[in-house]
Amino acid sequence: MLEEAEFYSALEKRHGKDVQDIIRMAEVTICGLGGLGSNIAIALSRCGIGKLRLIDFDCVDLANCNRQQYFISQVGKKKTESLAEIIRMINPFVELELFDCKLTEQNMEDVLRDSPFICEAFDDATQKAMLSNYVLENMPDSFLVGASGMAGYGDSNLIHTRKVFGKFYLCGDETNGLETGKCLMAPRVMICAAHQANLILELIIEQANQKIGN
Amino acid sequence: MVVVNGKELPIEGMQLQEYLEKNDYKLERIAVEINEEIVPKKQYDSVTFKEGDVVEVVSFVGGG
Repeated sequence: MLEEAEFYSALEKRHGKDVQDIIRMAEVTICGLGGLGSNIAIALSRCGIGKLRLIDFDCVDLANCNRQQYFISQVGKKKTESLAEIIRMINPFVELELFDCKLTEQNMEDVLRDSPFICEAFDDATQKAMLSNYVLENMPDSFLVGASGMAGYGDSNLIHTRKVFGKFYLCGDETNGLETGKCLMAPRVMICAAHQANLILELIIEQANQKIGN
Repeated sequence: MVVVNGKELPIEGMQLQEYLEKNDYKLERIAVEINEEIVPKKQYDSVTFKEGDVVEVVSFVGGG
């Protein structure tokens, strides 16, 4: 049986104790557990994040497996539970809070509460806009990292991270959506998810260092 | 002049909602900020551009 102290000591060897202590204290909310969300959650779990709040209403479909981190054996199961199963195999010590629900304007306040770091990882453009507008209007202290434009293949370097304003950041090429007729494929979706996870990590560490005056 | 997504436009005095509709933005797929402040959706029809405003319309595309 792997002990928690042994696990974190291995991460500290890779990441350094100062950085690891910061990541271990952090909590991130991921809205949507598809191609973006499943990849973001796994990247942050590997980093030794303290807590993930995972939100999705959907079940794993065979057609999701082209880009989402689920296994064939999980088809038909809830995405929240399936992702939790995968995460447990990677990092048994991350605290998980699962929300098997569709985020709406009515339940957003209850579900998001005062999450300090929010990843918008939805598939649908209307959902992306709804969540972004809600967070920007109602949660001025929270960081919001959204994604827009990662369909197709090639042009890896068009996918970027930019600060839109305040605490709102956007990753993606901001152009290639499903509307263009292009399909979603694993590599480009993973590049965009990695942009989001990487930025979240940077913000977490930057914020913590600012608090302790480094 | 008003700067919208980096472009200078002579649209001071125009209502935000009118600008968005004229430019075929899908209102349910965007977020709008003016001078680094989010504009709540229900204010789109009451906000009017002023000289020097810096506006950003973020259009979300599908996929994730």
